[in-house]
Amino acid sequence: MLRDRAALCWTAGLIALALIAPFVLYPVFLMQALCWALFACAFDLLLGYVGLLSFGHAAFFGGAAYITAYTVKAWGLPPELGILAGVAVAAAMGAVFGWLAIRRQGIYFAMITLAFAQMVYFFAVEAPFTGGEDGIQAVPRGHLLGLISLNHPLTMYYFVLAMFLIGFGIIARAIDSPFGQVLKAIRENEPRAISLGYRVDQYKILAFVLSAALAGLAGSTKALVFQFAALSDVDWPTSGDVVLMTLIGGVGTSLGPVLGAFIIMAMENYLAQTGSWVTIIEGIIFVLCVLTFRRGIVGVIGPYLTFRRSPAETPGTTPTNAETSLAPPA
Amino acid sequence: MFSFLHVAMPPLPLFLAQLLVGLINGGFYAILSLGLAIIFGLLNIINFAHGALYMLGAFCAWFLLSWLGISYWAALLIAPVAVGLVGMAIERLFLRRIARLDHLYGLLLTFGLALVIDGVFRQLYGSSGMPYSIPAELQGATDLGFMFLPNYRAWVIVASFAVCAVTWFVIERTRIGALLRAATENPELVRAFGINVPRLVTLTYGAGAALAAFAGVLAAPIYQVSPLMGVNIITVVFAVVVIGGMGSILGAVISGFALGVIEGMTKVFWPEASTTVIFVIMALVLLVKPAGLFGRAG
Amino acid sequence: MKRLTVLSAFAAALLLSAGAHAQIKGNTVKIGVLTDMSSLYADLGGPGSVAAAKMAVADFGGTVNGKKIEVVGADHQNKPDIGAAIARQWFDTQGVDMITDLTTSSVALAVQEVARQRNKVILITGAASSDLTGKNCAPTSVHWEYDTTALANGTGAAVVKAGGKTWFFITADYAFGHSLQNDTAAVVKASGGKVVGSVNVPLNTADFSSYLLQAQASKAQIVGLANAGGDTINSIKQAAEYGIVKGGQKLAGLLLFITDVHSLGLQTAQGLELTGSFYWNQTPETRAWSKKFYAVMHKEPTMVQAGVYSSVMHYLQAVKATNSVDGPTVMKYLKSRPINDFLIHHGHIEASGSLVHDMYLYEVKKPSESKGPWDLYKLIATIPSAVAYKLPHGNQCPLVKG
Repeated sequence: MLRDRAALCWTAGLIALALIAPFVLYPVFLMQALCWALFACAFDLLLGYVGLLSFGHAAFFGGAAYITAYTVKAWGLPPELGILAGVAVAAAMGAVFGWLAIRRQGIYFAMITLAFAQMVYFFAVEAPFTGGEDGIQAVPRGHLLGLISLNHPLTMYYFVLAMFLIGFGIIARAIDSPFGQVLKAIRENEPRAISLGYRVDQYKILAFVLSAALAGLAGSTKALVFQFAALSDVDWPTSGDVVLMTLIGGVGTSLGPVLGAFIIMAMENYLAQTGSWVTIIEGIIFVLCVLTFRRGIVGVIGPYLTFRRSPAETPGTTPTNAETSLAPPA
Repeated sequence: MFSFLHVAMPPLPLFLAQLLVGLINGGFYAILSLGLAIIFGLLNIINFAHGALYMLGAFCAWFLLSWLGISYWAALLIAPVAVGLVGMAIERLFLRRIARLDHLYGLLLTFGLALVIDGVFRQLYGSSGMPYSIPAELQGATDLGFMFLPNYRAWVIVASFAVCAVTWFVIERTRIGALLRAATENPELVRAFGINVPRLVTLTYGAGAALAAFAGVLAAPIYQVSPLMGVNIITVVFAVVVIGGMGSILGAVISGFALGVIEGMTKVFWPEASTTVIFVIMALVLLVKPAGLFGRAG
Repeated sequence: MKRLTVLSAFAAALLLSAGAHAQIKGNTVKIGVLTDMSSLYADLGGPGSVAAAKMAVADFGGTVNGKKIEVVGADHQNKPDIGAAIARQWFDTQGVDMITDLTTSSVALAVQEVARQRNKVILITGAASSDLTGKNCAPTSVHWEYDTTALANGTGAAVVKAGGKTWFFITADYAFGHSLQNDTAAVVKASGGKVVGSVNVPLNTADFSSYLLQAQASKAQIVGLANAGGDTINSIKQAAEYGIVKGGQKLAGLLLFITDVHSLGLQTAQGLELTGSFYWNQTPETRAWSKKFYAVMHKEPTMVQAGVYSSVMHYLQAVKATNSVDGPTVMKYLKSRPINDFLIHHGHIEASGSLVHDMYLYEVKKPSESKGPWDLYKLIATIPSAVAYKLPHGNQCPLVKG
């Protein structure tokens, strides 16, 4: 069981890093990056394991952020219930959008999700409770379970970390389960999965709902971190950002999206003073990733790092599928 | 906000005027979605950079006028050629390398290119945009009785109809068009006949880019020549193409004009929703007729 | 364990992001210019605002009570969440003492919340919404330059007085647009005018034909443009095309900057009336200051950029006098005395944080009257501070006793 032990080392090392990080780095930055990391992981569940590229995930991220911000601020819900409300709404939206969108694949799927996200954006602009382009501001962080105040940056950080680990754990568990195996089978060969008797559509909807709910968890948490829900959370560039994060980190590599999120967030932080250079550099990274680096950072260096190198995981003998399909086999 | 219920039926002249205005906007949608459709037909990619190429066309006209003193009419020819060449370079340098991959990579690559082009122009020219005046020949307006139609807008309708008609003619009635259609159906077979398919692909992308640039020049005198003009229009044009049926020439043109009109009507009854109505229609069409109104099933 | 490589990649990514936050609060006074560097309002604020802040620091002598003065700039991209995040980071980790510019009302409102929690000074020169000193007012924030109230009192009242009794509004469909429309409509009604209709237009609309036709059909004498930036430019440009002005109606740009007029060209913009607090070619003092600005930026300053210089100068004087960067201390000093300089005339800061001062009504020149590319306005009237900032319904700010 070398692999399990390796995975354990991995997890332990990263969690240790995450625990000490706020003493070295600005906690708000870390919280922001963790929220985006969870968002990217949720997105990758759909892209990397079902092979569906959604161009409208901002709808769930931002939609949940609005619900949490509103319920916490206007109704005075405690943070955990506010987040729960956000996740529930995101999941419900995911069920409706998913049910409609999974009828199509590839570019059509991307376009339908984009269309739905634009509708949610419109709703966010027009609905009275969202505050238009001002967003919902000054959202109180409140007391967790009525006891622990989240106003201190460190407390909030560990709360966010916990949210991230829960979300990440759910994704990891889902991928390793029989459910995850079926998803991969659908990605690799949908007709065969159908002929094997799997109700492919139900699996896809379930994956879509899960992905939407976790994207919602990320958005809800972000709303509490920044005490803010804003239009840019539901706008389509947010959907583009999450694609970029996943792509640069590695599609279908559970840790890739996390790394990608940290890189993009760090870059946006660094280059905030330089005007549109952020856009230009992001564009260049996009192009480079697609042209030469399609498996992303973790996708490329990951296979070097396993204990026993199975031929399939060794670079150079990578199966051809990884080169042509958007979602390389895990 | 949600006040559309209170809006009374507009009087007939205003109604006719709105119809005409919708048709003008539809002209832009039609030319842009036509280019997207041609590119999609042969390359199978959604060209996210189309908005950026449209913006390049408008800037090209502005460069020609303010640097070289070249008039609008010449720009209407030069800008599409120049941007067409840029398009061919993009195809050769980037898109060809990923031609054999999942087509979603094409979407992502062109998305990245659009970010770069928009970013560079924003860095260089800010975003409030450059003025470009209406050519002297087309200034002024004509009184149609029910409305005051600016002559330039009339020209936009004429020009966009003409461009769509010419493109349709080239594709349906000429040898190169026949090759294009054949290559869309079965590239291997066309190659077997000794046709240089890669060159055809390059030319096609160039032609799509040229159409976008033409729309850009057409837009320059009415809208501000601004780095943001492409970003603002691209998602709408996507929706138009999807509604028309991806890759369908006729579908792109008809739905371009039709959606311009529908959008125009929305601006009267529920102006706040005018940017969203197209997406609602797109979602409905995809659900009822997934291949689009004029697309082949598949 | 090669696995460590990936771990260290994560660590590297973390550290990479550390660089930006490593600076400690040192022996410096730090001024943040939070502005739109790349989008709609980059030309009226943006790099020009950063340059103006640096000019103020240089003119002040570079140090205050022996402490070095530093200027940092950042791009909020017109997104309130991004603006708030940068402000939070500046205050928390980079030792920024004061933030200025803050174009875009939504961003200013968001940053005001961040500043309120930390008792930090913000001097807003770029945003318009009167909510900043109304129901959202904060004790350590000053609305330095202009607001929707002043714009409405200026343009609204002047136009009605000149005979423009009936109004139709083309309004950008977001909080700023609505606030500008409501404030102006109140002034129009109070001055004896009437609002006959309005249409809400989504932000960043390219084509205004449809809305202009509605305005035309309304037969209103005045078409009020309650929008900003590219939206205003496009609506004015297209109004010329549809012969709105030739047909006997008049346009009133409710928020126009000199960069907008410059971009439109006089041929299109001539005759527009607008309210502002600064025009470079107004007095010998404004000319002298603008000349220095022009030497750096190669264009004439907008009122936002001039306001940044003015706000930084007064802030530094307050820091010098109180020998403190503590928000409430500095604010107490600023609120305790009149504010006057090349830009601000008859100014003082009210309890709500509104810097009340004279405003001006300008008219855009005809092409034949203009002597150069930036010779664009002529002064029509001075609106005294008491009139310009008069609130039609009183102030909802909790800081105002009454």
